[in-house]
Amino acid sequence: MAALGAPARTLRALLRELRHAAGRSYRDSPAYRHVLAAFRAHRVTSEKLCRAQQELHFQAATYLCLLRSVREHEALHREYHGRGERSPKEVAGLVGFRLPQQPGGKG
Amino acid sequence: MPRRQDFYSDSPGGFEINLDHRKLKTPQAKLFTVPSEALAIAVATEWDSQKDTIKFYTMHLTTLCNTALDNPTQRNKTQLIRAAVKFLETDTVCYRVEEPAALAELQKNEWDPVVSWAEKRYNVTIGSSTSILGPNIPASTKETFVSHLASYNMWALQGIEFVITQLKSLILSMSLIDRHITVEKAVLLSRLEEEYQIRRWGNVEWAHDYDLCELRARTAAGTLFVHLCSESSTVKHKLLQD
Repeated sequence: MAALGAPARTLRALLRELRHAAGRSYRDSPAYRHVLAAFRAHRVTSEKLCRAQQELHFQAATYLCLLRSVREHEALHREYHGRGERSPKEVAGLVGFRLPQQPGGKG
Repeated sequence: MPRRQDFYSDSPGGFEINLDHRKLKTPQAKLFTVPSEALAIAVATEWDSQKDTIKFYTMHLTTLCNTALDNPTQRNKTQLIRAAVKFLETDTVCYRVEEPAALAELQKNEWDPVVSWAEKRYNVTIGSSTSILGPNIPASTKETFVSHLASYNMWALQGIEFVITQLKSLILSMSLIDRHITVEKAVLLSRLEEEYQIRRWGNVEWAHDYDLCELRARTAAGTLFVHLCSESSTVKHKLLQD
């Protein structure tokens, strides 16, 4: 079995990621409740783990990796790849110009 | 955009996803049904996480389910298995460099253990090679993997094949699916040469970390998908097209 660290730590981190994903009503979200119920049912936070518990822990760690990576990827996308083109107003502003005002339209 | 309430519901055909009181459909307009409740919950969570716009490129589990339901490449089980095992011929961890020496050493230290693990676990010979033709994989090794993969259902196989194409390695994928290594470790081993270059020449966040996060997300999604579709106790078998 892969080296996963303490199950309690994985659970805490996973619940934190779910809070990020869900927003205000995270405690009612199906995922939050499902994860908590699964950990309680298998008592995965105890130190000695049987095979079923180890499998659940691995699944939780994998899901944590998914949520975390998606969040980090999106943040990087917004930061570096999401800006898009500048508007004409911004372009003019780059060299210190302002766009002329034409109340009647371009004519 | 008003906040969506995304729920899932149980039906005889499987678990469905409800978006604003409408049932989610696949790209080919089939009813979106998944065989596992945990998978349905995770898919519903993906939809619930979308804010102003739907960013489909972040919804990896939804995408995997759509692939399993629509089977757009129209491959049957045999073809999927064949595609997966074919990767062994160009498996990342079997292809070794001779130079630079530091990278060759790193590959030996990091990849030899996982190749040995696979050889022991599956009782096969794999080896590695510095030739551009790659290692010479015995037919018996391929047969062993073919029959092992045949024990998975169609949904899980779609997931396995997906992970293999992401990691560019059958061995790393099996190591991951057998829970021998974590997703983070599998991705690191898959990207060993990149990591080596990054350590030498420096990291470029907008390229390196971007690729790293995307690979981790896809690999994690694929792995979770395989495991959730394989748990016999919680899965609705009718859907899995064994």
